[in-house]
Amino acid sequence: MKEQTKQLEEQHEIFPDEMFEIVGRKEDESEKINKPVLSNWQDGWLRLKQNKAAIVSLFVIFIIVFLSFVGPYFNEYSYDQTDYDNVYSEPSKEHWLGTDKFGRDQWTRLWEGTRISLYIAVLAAVLDIMIGITYGAISAWKGGRVDNIMQRIIEVLVGIPNLIIIILLIMWMSPGIMTIMLAMVITGWVNMARLVRGQVFKLKTQEYVLASRALGASTSRIILGHMLPNTFGIIIINLMFTIPSAIFTEAFLSFIGLGLQEPLASLGVLINDGYHAMRNQFYLLAYPAIVIVALMVSFNLLADGLRDAFDPRMRK
Amino acid sequence: MAPLLSIKNLHVSFHTYAGKVHAVRGIDLTVERGETLAIVGESGSGKSVTSKAIFGLLPKHNASIEHGEIWFDGQDLLTLNKKEMQRIRGSEIGVVFQDPMTALNPTMKVGKQVVEGAMKHRKLSKKEAYDLAIELFELVGIPNPEVRIHQYPHEFSGGMRQRVVIAMALACKPKLLIADEPTTALDVTIQAQILDLLREIQQKTGTAIIFITHDLGVVANIADSVAVMYAGKIVEKGKVEEIFHEPIHPYTWGLIQSVPNMETKGKLYAIPGSPPDLLKPPKGDAFAPRNEYALAIDYEKQPPTYQVSDTHFAATWLLHPQAPKINYQKKIAEQLHDEEDNKVKDNDVLLKVNNLKKYFNLPSKQVLKAVDGVNIEIKKGETFGLVGESGCGKSTTGRTIIGLYEPTEGDIIYDNQPVNERNRGAFHQKIQMIFQDPYASLNPRKKVEDIIAEGLDIHGLVQNKQERQERVQQLLEAVGLQPDHAQRFPHEFSGGQRQRIGIARALAVEPELIIADEPISALDVSIQAQVVNLLKDLQKERELTYLFIAHDLSMVKYISNRIGVMYLGVIVEMAEADELYKNPLHPYTQALLSSVPLPDPHVEKTRERIILEGGLPSPVDPPRGCRFRTRCPLATEKCLEAPQWREAEKGHWVACHYA
Repeated sequence: MKEQTKQLEEQHEIFPDEMFEIVGRKEDESEKINKPVLSNWQDGWLRLKQNKAAIVSLFVIFIIVFLSFVGPYFNEYSYDQTDYDNVYSEPSKEHWLGTDKFGRDQWTRLWEGTRISLYIAVLAAVLDIMIGITYGAISAWKGGRVDNIMQRIIEVLVGIPNLIIIILLIMWMSPGIMTIMLAMVITGWVNMARLVRGQVFKLKTQEYVLASRALGASTSRIILGHMLPNTFGIIIINLMFTIPSAIFTEAFLSFIGLGLQEPLASLGVLINDGYHAMRNQFYLLAYPAIVIVALMVSFNLLADGLRDAFDPRMRK
Repeated sequence: MAPLLSIKNLHVSFHTYAGKVHAVRGIDLTVERGETLAIVGESGSGKSVTSKAIFGLLPKHNASIEHGEIWFDGQDLLTLNKKEMQRIRGSEIGVVFQDPMTALNPTMKVGKQVVEGAMKHRKLSKKEAYDLAIELFELVGIPNPEVRIHQYPHEFSGGMRQRVVIAMALACKPKLLIADEPTTALDVTIQAQILDLLREIQQKTGTAIIFITHDLGVVANIADSVAVMYAGKIVEKGKVEEIFHEPIHPYTWGLIQSVPNMETKGKLYAIPGSPPDLLKPPKGDAFAPRNEYALAIDYEKQPPTYQVSDTHFAATWLLHPQAPKINYQKKIAEQLHDEEDNKVKDNDVLLKVNNLKKYFNLPSKQVLKAVDGVNIEIKKGETFGLVGESGCGKSTTGRTIIGLYEPTEGDIIYDNQPVNERNRGAFHQKIQMIFQDPYASLNPRKKVEDIIAEGLDIHGLVQNKQERQERVQQLLEAVGLQPDHAQRFPHEFSGGQRQRIGIARALAVEPELIIADEPISALDVSIQAQVVNLLKDLQKERELTYLFIAHDLSMVKYISNRIGVMYLGVIVEMAEADELYKNPLHPYTQALLSSVPLPDPHVEKTRERIILEGGLPSPVDPPRGCRFRTRCPLATEKCLEAPQWREAEKGHWVACHYA
């Protein structure tokens, strides 16, 4: 009852007469968009910012990259400068992280090695992407027979074990940064090519691509203007997943002796070194191990965060 | 007796990364035993959320019911725990979802799926379950139930699958059936079958139905009472006759006006603007900014719900004793009828399509004959409507004409010049296209300015940046958008606004012929009228010619001068719009016309329908002779021969032996 009387009161409440004048619609208001202009990238960045793990990872990666560039200049030693009076010295004021079996400064070698590892990984990943995008986009755009043949080639490549290619390559060329990078790229681009192919196939039938074709756009315009911008998100995410795996591959190859050779430093070389001195000088193994773990975890977490933020499939 | 279901002051909100969305903002609703309540509203009005709240299927992680009670058969559903709710779901309340293609498990025999719930709730033996499955299949009109229950979902057509889903919902003899847009994904002829079925089932079993839809024609057909939702609130509810014949709320009223029936002429009544953003619901009446008769108080204070009759309620300040009395019927009649349709005189033929064929080679080595010999002539300045059910090849026809597909056979002659692969480039500027899905037809990474200017860039129609900017501004204005929209990205716009951006893009190159491929079927009712009016205005201003492709016959009838009806890759009938409507010759056209639900309960509940049997045959292997003979009520042996395409009356072409 109480409710009803309350309702009745509400219904017959007296208001000033001018409240009941017809003011009509406010058309401008109904068409207006009040939100600030937000591009897709900005939108993705907003999402990424809310992912704490990804932001911490971004920070860690930034610090490691920064140190890998300036770290070696913090003291007067160079990465290949030996000092036979001071082999296997403990961490001290002189040598912050101690010295290795030839008395080389571990701090300098660690950051030098990190830089080379990162350099190899990033370059390999970028090459992967360039080959992968081109191959994948052509394969999907041409379609039909061309696509069929190109995909069979990929399958043959995937069928050959990676290690065999790498061993053959190292027998043929001298071990070094270029060799190891080449070895990784020869088979590494396949994933990217498949990913891009799938994406372009999907986009090919999208209405905005059809609209562009109906307007008379050239093939290059459609691929560069419509397809690639809409594949970028996925490309970057995949790049972020490729880098840590390339770092790991490089470390693995160097560890088993197929990668870089001393006196060059890389994370793999350092771990191999540290492994031999593990019993007495554990810290020699610990430092590069910590760096490689930090890098791999951070890159993977960041990639995960990027996928959540940018991949349309993860939305809603 | 207490009503079967009563909802009191329900509030539901969703937590998104952008903030809290108030999807349902305090609704009161009752459903009596054995009645059909239709909830009507546009997308985002909260109608589906309400049904999910009843059913307890709101997503747990971000939805919350902030307030309210849902009383069903003497218990408050919101206070039940998971187990008790599971018992209610499936045994007391059944549900039919929108898409029959995804509502069934593809790896399970349909018979088993149908009785799965019943076996659990009613503890049936195998034999009893089998009998029940057969009984249900008979109830929903699936022929050969003994064979059909052992089949898998992919062996059923869309309409048949929806019948299976309905059988599944009925398995436990529910007291309430919730149907969430059950016919939206279906063709009109199939929709008519399903609506018939639902009505029949209700008579037999006496279950109450909550029918959620955006289609007013369907509402008029099936509902006893109606609740109209807007921006998370019920703005008006009442018996179906009250809502359709004496609407009180300006929104209901505008909604009913904006749907053309077969006789609508002149300009359509359109509600301008788009629904509000429920992230920040407006202070007063949410509909006020779009309401021609908004009162000052509408912007300040939410209106209470007034009772108009025993069953009729409306929430609008216009019912307050101090409010001015408005007779909209009259006002609108004045607005609409001062415009006369200008008939297209005997202009020159702009586009001629001769015996057009488009075949697709399938990986299975079969040939899909999507378009199989189509002849069309379109005159300058006219609108030619092409209608048909999904899969009949109407979109393929449009896309082949504009050159997105290479024709397998046949000629396209534009302005007396044959179009072929070599001179195709010259026609890109003259023929343009508007696409169906406003969400897929704009590149999400580009600014609106660049989207609209793409044609200008390709054809080098502007000299410098400033000219480009000016042109884009003009085009935005022409389609009723604001200049500052140029710098925004597509995802910030509503569906209707996006569709207008698509129209602006097509207009940028100043085409003569526009192929509109289902340009309004993905839009809400109130927005459809806006877009159709815009297309008509543009036609008048710029002397455009349209090829208007759609499945909605009443809209096609309204906008077109002449109509072609397509069935399975061929045109079966072609005539002037009025002639086709008044005097349909082909049995398929007749059936199609009688299946279209009209927004008038009197008409809907009394008229006789021609209900076609079955669904569209596969275009991979179309029937020999007349393609319609497998579903045709008139078919005889003679129909094994292909009928001739002949002019039965002046300007009225048909392909049927008996027309």
